[in-house]
Amino acid sequence: MEMTEPKKTALYDIHKALGAKLVTFAGYWMPVQYQGIIAEHRRVRSTVGIFDVSHMGEFALRGPDVERFLNKITINNVAQLEVGQVQYSAMCYPEGGIVDDLLLYRFEDHYVMVVNASNLEKDRNWIIEHVPEQGVDLDDISDDITLLAVQGPKALEMLQPITDPDIAELPYYRFVEGDVAGTPAVISRTGYTGELGCEIYAAKSHSRELWNDLIEAGEKFDIQPIGLGARDTLRLEMKFCLYGNDIDQTTNPLEAGLGWITKLKKGDFIGRDAIQAAKNRGLKRKLVGFEVLEKAVPRHGYFLYKDGIKVGEVTSGTHSPSLNRGIGLAYINKNHWDVGTEMELNVRGRRYPARVVETPFYKSK
Amino acid sequence: MNIPSNLLYTKEHEWAAVAGDVVTIGITDYAQGELGDIVFVELPQVGDSVVKGDSFGTIEAVKAVSDLYAPVSGEVTEVNDDLADTPEIINQSPYDEGWMLKIKLSDPSQKDDMLSADGYKKLIAEG
Repeated sequence: MEMTEPKKTALYDIHKALGAKLVTFAGYWMPVQYQGIIAEHRRVRSTVGIFDVSHMGEFALRGPDVERFLNKITINNVAQLEVGQVQYSAMCYPEGGIVDDLLLYRFEDHYVMVVNASNLEKDRNWIIEHVPEQGVDLDDISDDITLLAVQGPKALEMLQPITDPDIAELPYYRFVEGDVAGTPAVISRTGYTGELGCEIYAAKSHSRELWNDLIEAGEKFDIQPIGLGARDTLRLEMKFCLYGNDIDQTTNPLEAGLGWITKLKKGDFIGRDAIQAAKNRGLKRKLVGFEVLEKAVPRHGYFLYKDGIKVGEVTSGTHSPSLNRGIGLAYINKNHWDVGTEMELNVRGRRYPARVVETPFYKSK
Repeated sequence: MNIPSNLLYTKEHEWAAVAGDVVTIGITDYAQGELGDIVFVELPQVGDSVVKGDSFGTIEAVKAVSDLYAPVSGEVTEVNDDLADTPEIINQSPYDEGWMLKIKLSDPSQKDDMLSADGYKKLIAEG
């Protein structure tokens, strides 16, 4: 492991002044919490919260062959992506495992791929390894961009007056180029919480004014800054995958429940043959949600048992602030993954009753 | 950070209030801050024995689970039942409402092994 000083986002001083607990994550000092995970979680579920997620990576890709290349290296169908639209997708290895999950933005004359901070270098190398010698240019713009997420039932109402153009009618997974309180920005109707809201990309030089303007606009909705801790509990209640926990090089997108972004009929792409073969053989395990029926909190790496036999492994777990019980995601073996299946969660040597449930765990109001 | 001078402390961030041969224990303000929102605790029952340095229970926060270590050996004489339904009082009041157990000391000399408030303050400052 390289022993380099963690990087700071442009808002590091602001987080510090707000009393955030800062941790190193993916090579950055990031706020894990300000007031507390549960309070922040409830803020996003009830009104609105703001997240600094500038650690995320962004690659700009352009050139005459860029669409063909992206269709080769990602699993969703890039040909169907319209200008102004965002696509959830992933890159896979030839063996079918996942390199990373990502968002792909289509602009007039280029694409932007947004990737996990923890995978930034790996992804960049993977793209460089596969990019044709001519016809596609890759530009890592991660260090130039501040990314703020504004999420919650009041998010759009809060953003509406300070956003140009109008975002009231902007559909989910669409974006516009405009400005937010005078700051030029890409405004995207996306997020990682299951609530209404936007993710706002702006030049790093505008970070502080953008943050302050958003806080001011959100004051009447009691906006609060939200750390990575609540970001994790919010995404988990929605069963949104987290790379490194729920998906990685050893999991294929079908068993991860990402069949809806895996376009096996779109033509050849890296990983297709292996994923198709896995589909033909039939899935051996599937990522499903479960809840614990007594007081216990599932954690990554715990095992699930049925009649004394191990049937699954937990990939993510937490205490759900919305449901006030332990919830988790687990890869469960065939014959045991149906909703309603009762099993036992092993927590440090003790067994607690658990049950496979419908996901998302939380349905936003 | 609150480190009351009338209490004793351990390296594992427990505090102890000694009154005769009965010791009341809990976790420190620093510990609750590091753990974040506590969602429940698993504690022994009245009559159980705890052994100095051994795990006597667990504490689950949203983020992570931690062991609780007994600062002294002895028999549990009282358990804070309020923690079952309102574990968040450990976050709100770690030294008062958030106490965990009362233990009848089996070896009174063990209390000498704990840190003073100043010693604990130093421990935290050193990281």
